[in-house]
Amino acid sequence: MLKSLLSDDLPKSRWLALLLVAILIGLAVAPFLFPGAKSLNVAARICVFIVLAASFDLLLGYTGIVSFAHTMFFGIGAYGVAIALTRMGPGWDAVAVGVGAGLVLAIALAVLIGLFSLRLRTIFFAMITLAVASAFAILASQLSDLTGGEDGLNYRLPVALRPSFKLFEGFNGRLLDYYIVFFVSLALLLGMLRIVNSPFGSVLMAIRENPFRAEAIGYRTVVYRTLASCIAAAAAALAGALLALWSAQASPDTTLSFDIMVDILLMVVIGGMGTMYGAVVGAVLLVLAQNYLQALLGDRWLLWLGLAFILCVYFFPTGIVGRLRRR
Amino acid sequence: MLETDSLTIRFGGHAAVDGVSCAFKPGTLTSIVGPNGAGKTTYFNLISGQLPATSGTVRLNGQDITALAAPRRTRLGLGRAFQLTNLFPNLSALENVRLAVQVKSGKALDLFSRASTHRELTDRAREHLAAVSLSDRADTVAATLPHGDQRKLEVAILLALEPDIFMFDEPTAGMSIDDVPTVLDIIAAIKKRGDKTILLVEHKMDVVRSLSDRIVVLHQGKLVADGLPAEVINSDIVREAYLGGAADG
Ligand SMILES: Nc1ncnc2c1ncn2[C@@H]1O[C@H](COP(=O)(O)OP(=O)(O)O)[C@@H](O)[C@H]1O
Ligand SMILES: [Mg+2]
Repeated sequence: MLKSLLSDDLPKSRWLALLLVAILIGLAVAPFLFPGAKSLNVAARICVFIVLAASFDLLLGYTGIVSFAHTMFFGIGAYGVAIALTRMGPGWDAVAVGVGAGLVLAIALAVLIGLFSLRLRTIFFAMITLAVASAFAILASQLSDLTGGEDGLNYRLPVALRPSFKLFEGFNGRLLDYYIVFFVSLALLLGMLRIVNSPFGSVLMAIRENPFRAEAIGYRTVVYRTLASCIAAAAAALAGALLALWSAQASPDTTLSFDIMVDILLMVVIGGMGTMYGAVVGAVLLVLAQNYLQALLGDRWLLWLGLAFILCVYFFPTGIVGRLRRR
Repeated sequence: MLETDSLTIRFGGHAAVDGVSCAFKPGTLTSIVGPNGAGKTTYFNLISGQLPATSGTVRLNGQDITALAAPRRTRLGLGRAFQLTNLFPNLSALENVRLAVQVKSGKALDLFSRASTHRELTDRAREHLAAVSLSDRADTVAATLPHGDQRKLEVAILLALEPDIFMFDEPTAGMSIDDVPTVLDIIAAIKKRGDKTILLVEHKMDVVRSLSDRIVVLHQGKLVADGLPAEVINSDIVREAYLGGAADG
């Protein structure tokens, strides 16, 4: 049962298993264990970034695709929901339209980028994704009628997700919103775990290991790479939609910026590339560090964080998960 | 039937394979010999689609496949083992072979089932590993296998493709004396089935003599001799080609 839920991809390390269980329980009971708006916000962001980092790892760690356009798909998902809620008013129909439109646009763009450029060498492909993502970010800030420009959009959530809404005593709309984010994120993570452990996932790893040989034994790598890009883009867009549904705002800074791209790259590398659990651990660590390290270490926190990353990558080149699994 | 017609590839001005016309019948084993640099590996690359021909054609059962990409040719029945070992380094030996089995199964686009539940693929992969006597190394990561075992794994991957045409590029090169018979026995067993086409590049002349139905000699990209083993091995042109080229025969 558990084996099937985790798609045979067990943690294979007692410490990693403990860590994952702690993260799962921590996030599941976060609203009660750590009351307060800030900690709930951190917990929700952890959920969203787990999905975002895991979907990026599906590209980078599993398929060996280096893409800098991942935040673009995240932004598309977030803006889809934000624009729909702004235009159509705070209803569930708007949420559905926003999520649907975001998904369609994200997947369409992923197919286009994939078919046009996945035949290129890794470095050229990375450059193209960088160019497309930059162009998209500029476009988003220029189309200010639609996107609210640099300021972004602030909009009202459906009634059921507002603090004033009471589902029952002690369970308001914010909690409902949090648990939507939590369960959808969990489902997306388990879904991606299944995909990387499927026959299709095994081809992705073959392509990462030796694309030349993968072609020679009969796999058309461009098809598999494009499909992997679409899946990752769709998951990133859904993560963006969750963030928009949680934070009631979408702006270039919070969804499209290159800083986020660097963050998810670090999450994947620090957690351990090529394992979904690495993305989980990396996302938890980084979001916690971003939110609490400043209070702990003062103004130079970024410096300390940078130093910690360098040491981490130097001593654990296979990431935290790789290190835990080795013993 | 596999045929090449005036098959040519130029790198800059240099023709590495130069107008080679040759046909290979099912049920026969043809050895392709020639000194190092003669163009044997390049000829294989043109047939299996790793390199695009400058001119000439490759036909498989009458169909012109010159313009097809390598994966298509493989799925049409062309199987290739590489001279330089060319594996999936961080995957287990079993997974290397299972991936090759999976190609024909039609399961490769299945995103939602666990790969481990497709027992029939894993079982077949284990059989191919057993055929090259690597059963006890199934879970070893390919990159950490000794060289001889990597060569055998290379052959197991080719077997797992279950092709109609087997192309072996120096399959025993660098192998220990103990491992060589394993691979030669496999080639002999494929030949015995009678319906497969086998192309073999091999330097060990005793091996070539005993296994081949026919020998083709390449020299500086050109086909210079083609005939029964006894005729070709003793011909002047082969002596000249080998003595003129590298003395590694
Ligand atoms: N990709 C390539 N680019 C340039 N020259 C090549 C390439 N591949 C092979 N050659 C040249 O083609 C000739 C034939 O090489 P090869 O087919 O490997 O010989 P063989 O397998 O008979 O030893 C050599 O001179 C080699 O340098
Ligand atoms: Mg060669």
